[in-house]
Amino acid sequence: MTHHVDDPVLTVEHLNMRFGGLLAVDDLSFDVGRSDITALIGPNGAGKTTVFNCITGFYKPTEGRITALHEGGAKFLLERMDDFKIPKVAKVARTFQNIRLFGGMTVLENLMVGQHNPLMLASNYTFGGIFGLSGYKKAEKVAVELAKYWMEQTGLTARADDAAGDLPYGEQRKLEIARAMCTKPKLLCLDEPAAGLNPRESDELNKLLLFIRKERDTGVLLIEHDMNVVMGISDHIIVLDYGKKIADGTPEEIRNDASVIAAYLGVADDEVEEVEHEIEEGASS
Amino acid sequence: MEELSCISAVFVSGGSLMEYFLQQLINGITLGSIYGLIAIGYTMVYGIIGMINFAHGDIFMVSSFIALIVITALGLTVSTGLGLTILALILVLVTSMVIASVFGWTTERLAYRPLRGSFRLAPLITAIGISIVLQNYIQITQGARVKPLQPLIENGYTLMTRADGFTVQLSNMQILIITVTIILMTIFSLIIAKTSLGRAQRACEQDRKMASLLGINVDRTISMTFVMGAALAAVAGLMFLLYYGVIDFFIGFVAGVKAFTAAVLGGIGSLPGAMLGGLVIGLIETFWSAYFSIEYKDVAAFSMLAIVLIFLPQGLLGKPEVEKV
Amino acid sequence: MTDTANSGPQPGRHLDIPKVTKDLIVTALIATAIFGSTIAFRTVSAAGGLRLEVRYDVAFYVIAAVVVGRLLLWLFFWSKPAGTSAVEMPTSIKSGVAKISAKVGKGFAPTMLIFALVFPFLPFTDRYLLDLSILILTYVMLGWGLNIVVGLAGLLDLGYVAFYAIGAYSYALLAQYFGFSFWMCLPLAGILAAFWGIILGFPVLRLRGDYLAIVTLAFGEIIRIVLLNWYQFTGGPDGLSGIPRPSFFGLEFTRREGGFADFFGLDYSSIHRIVFMYFLILALALLTNFVTNRLRRLPIGRAWEALREDEIACRSLGLNTTSVKLTAFAIGGMFAGFAGSFFATRQGFISPESFTFIESALILAIVVLGGMGSQVGVVIASIAMIGGFEIFREAEQFRMLIFGLAMVVIMIWRPRGLISTRIPSIFLKEKKAVSADMVAQGEGH
Repeated sequence: MTHHVDDPVLTVEHLNMRFGGLLAVDDLSFDVGRSDITALIGPNGAGKTTVFNCITGFYKPTEGRITALHEGGAKFLLERMDDFKIPKVAKVARTFQNIRLFGGMTVLENLMVGQHNPLMLASNYTFGGIFGLSGYKKAEKVAVELAKYWMEQTGLTARADDAAGDLPYGEQRKLEIARAMCTKPKLLCLDEPAAGLNPRESDELNKLLLFIRKERDTGVLLIEHDMNVVMGISDHIIVLDYGKKIADGTPEEIRNDASVIAAYLGVADDEVEEVEHEIEEGASS
Repeated sequence: MEELSCISAVFVSGGSLMEYFLQQLINGITLGSIYGLIAIGYTMVYGIIGMINFAHGDIFMVSSFIALIVITALGLTVSTGLGLTILALILVLVTSMVIASVFGWTTERLAYRPLRGSFRLAPLITAIGISIVLQNYIQITQGARVKPLQPLIENGYTLMTRADGFTVQLSNMQILIITVTIILMTIFSLIIAKTSLGRAQRACEQDRKMASLLGINVDRTISMTFVMGAALAAVAGLMFLLYYGVIDFFIGFVAGVKAFTAAVLGGIGSLPGAMLGGLVIGLIETFWSAYFSIEYKDVAAFSMLAIVLIFLPQGLLGKPEVEKV
Repeated sequence: MTDTANSGPQPGRHLDIPKVTKDLIVTALIATAIFGSTIAFRTVSAAGGLRLEVRYDVAFYVIAAVVVGRLLLWLFFWSKPAGTSAVEMPTSIKSGVAKISAKVGKGFAPTMLIFALVFPFLPFTDRYLLDLSILILTYVMLGWGLNIVVGLAGLLDLGYVAFYAIGAYSYALLAQYFGFSFWMCLPLAGILAAFWGIILGFPVLRLRGDYLAIVTLAFGEIIRIVLLNWYQFTGGPDGLSGIPRPSFFGLEFTRREGGFADFFGLDYSSIHRIVFMYFLILALALLTNFVTNRLRRLPIGRAWEALREDEIACRSLGLNTTSVKLTAFAIGGMFAGFAGSFFATRQGFISPESFTFIESALILAIVVLGGMGSQVGVVIASIAMIGGFEIFREAEQFRMLIFGLAMVVIMIWRPRGLISTRIPSIFLKEKKAVSADMVAQGEGH
């Protein structure tokens, strides 16, 4: 029942993740399209964040294969790579459920750290930079331009010189996405980007994600509970429950999937209607 | 720490023979018991507030000085009868446990509690400060020179005699140390397992905020943890004094680092782990001194610390930590 | 036990007499347990064993002082209504102070620099003051070096003195065995210290903050014990002596012809060499400062600070945190190596005694007191600490006691140090200092 994806940027095959006796992810397979917004949903504790941690190298999966594919045909087996090489080489970036910014550094500095690797190269691994060679200065200018670009897209330009820890919650979320985009990823993984956002902010987030997909040619994989976001912008939804995939398809298919409704609400029949209603509302807004 | 005189004596005639090995085993277990008692203080404090109480080794040192003062005040000598000696030693032990507890309580109250909730390294730095204060305070008030104490408990049992006259000895002192350690370990394990204080401690270890919401007096629980740790360090202080017969104001530093190693090796936060870790460190140090070189025995202990932390950070009896992302 | 003591400052204008009385009684009991045991009695060696020396009077005075001190605290600090307490300043005053100190701060660094440059030629400067300034500058340099590791990268290093020792012994041994000059050895000592930083750092750098601290402490001790016991090579506890002095572009500071004084047509004076040493350590310290400031604006420096803020986020952005930590260790170690070889050449004699844990603690205290990451803070803290040490020179045996107490008091008073704001490494429109509450201190993961 794997949803067919023509041009995947990421394929997950038979992923298993075991913590002691607990099987957190159970034989999970799915594809993420190159220019799709793919949502990974499921009740709390379904193993979504664990899947993310496997993809981005923070956990080594017990079994299974995770492959990132670039346009040119280059393939990267993520489960075999060091965690820091996944964003660096395989170009898979992520954000965190509980925002992880460099709170004591400014917005601009956060975005500069996002461009660490090209800048490091431009500074000849510090040796050129320390003697003030011109190559680094140019590269730094380019990096600042990219940072400015993403500050504009996320509406953070006015806060460029403020400490990231000083920003309100919604702007911190955006900054984290902007910082991830500064690594120029092929796939952006977002862990509950709409959590804690008000409806207006959540709308802005939708627009930002659509922009990222369309203009930046970046696949988006997101974990989300906010049906407004999920149904509103996703091209493809994967539903997890107890570490297993229970549904995989377009929003339309998922909306009509009985097992999804059951998983979300247990089996109380009278509540099923309620959730159907909620999901539809989400889709229509 | 001063080496056992018998080690160097035996080293000359020594070989890798069974008897020699057995003697080192006994010595190592004795030393390990002392380390284990100190290690419990580290492990309990680390378990409950996640800080390395750097001054704990110095509480141990202070307590050994207090024990020495009380012994001198009581006029105990080797000629005192065994029964009377044991009675007097119980008095010494209780006094030094009480005073060491006051030291432990006071350091927590003055140097650590004001920094609770501050950044994590702040209490570590005040702990270093307290360690310096205690060392120099004792140096000023008790003098910088080593304090010798004539042995109070002599004799023992000869377990084996080798053809060349080398004997495997189990001294009364060693029996005393090992017995006291076992008894106190049992008592403290029971306190942790059965009493409301122990429950409060375990609750605070899990989640301090939640514990306080449930009506546990977190500050008092933490204070009591320091008091218990200091009391056990006082036991170790007396044992060390009686066993080695020499103390100075600097013994706390090295013993502290080794006991901390023991706590980490056993799995920080675990009481049986601390005891086990203490035994392992005691054995390693004794065997290293006996078979390789006494000069580098501290290097062996310190290297052990690094090796354990690198390859077995969760320790022998600790639970592995899953990184929270 | 003593809830009144626990709660500390209490709002309310009136003194609660029964509560204060109870608190004072508890204080007296605690003080009696602590001082009554260790001050009142002292064991001294006597014929046939130990005997007790009794000093009830001293103990009594100390206990009385503690109780009276606490009473005074109750009377003058804790009885006042909340908000006006001397311990807690109102935020408006606090931010005012911050603004003033920021203004002062701007002019402070250049003023200090100019003062440092003309200092040896000022009329009141004598040999004693010069020696003291050389000592202070050595600690400034060490503080700046350690600041890279602790302040920027957020890695708590309790064995920093090991690199200092490696630098000192590298120079002394290279000079002794190969006859290398100071100027040849200086870079070599730095490189060797950095190299050791990498060797020691590699296995331990994935440890969490306080574990890392303890392991670095252990490494520091291992190096010291090896230096102490390797008689054939390091001279053991006797140390190494006769370490050659540096020359001024080939000119020796001697009375002989062809020496510094002779070349410049000056009358020979031993102060020439001291002044030269002063400028040498000043230059080395400024080099440390310059390089650190430069590095902060490069990707490597930002990576250090990012690492201090959040290691997991660093990894998610493709930063190889191991190499980020190693470079911090290596570069911090390198500066300690430079400082070490300066120390060796200034003293002419080194022994393991100069490289104990207390030295590491002192350097760390300077960094923390100054405000982690702050360059100016290190200067102020070095002057206060080393200068303070000198003031208490008379009270030799109380020096370390006071030092330890100061460490505790200062930490409680200002856990984030004297200058705790952070200056951003790059800005778009306006350089705004980041307040200390935002800046992480390397919790370690």
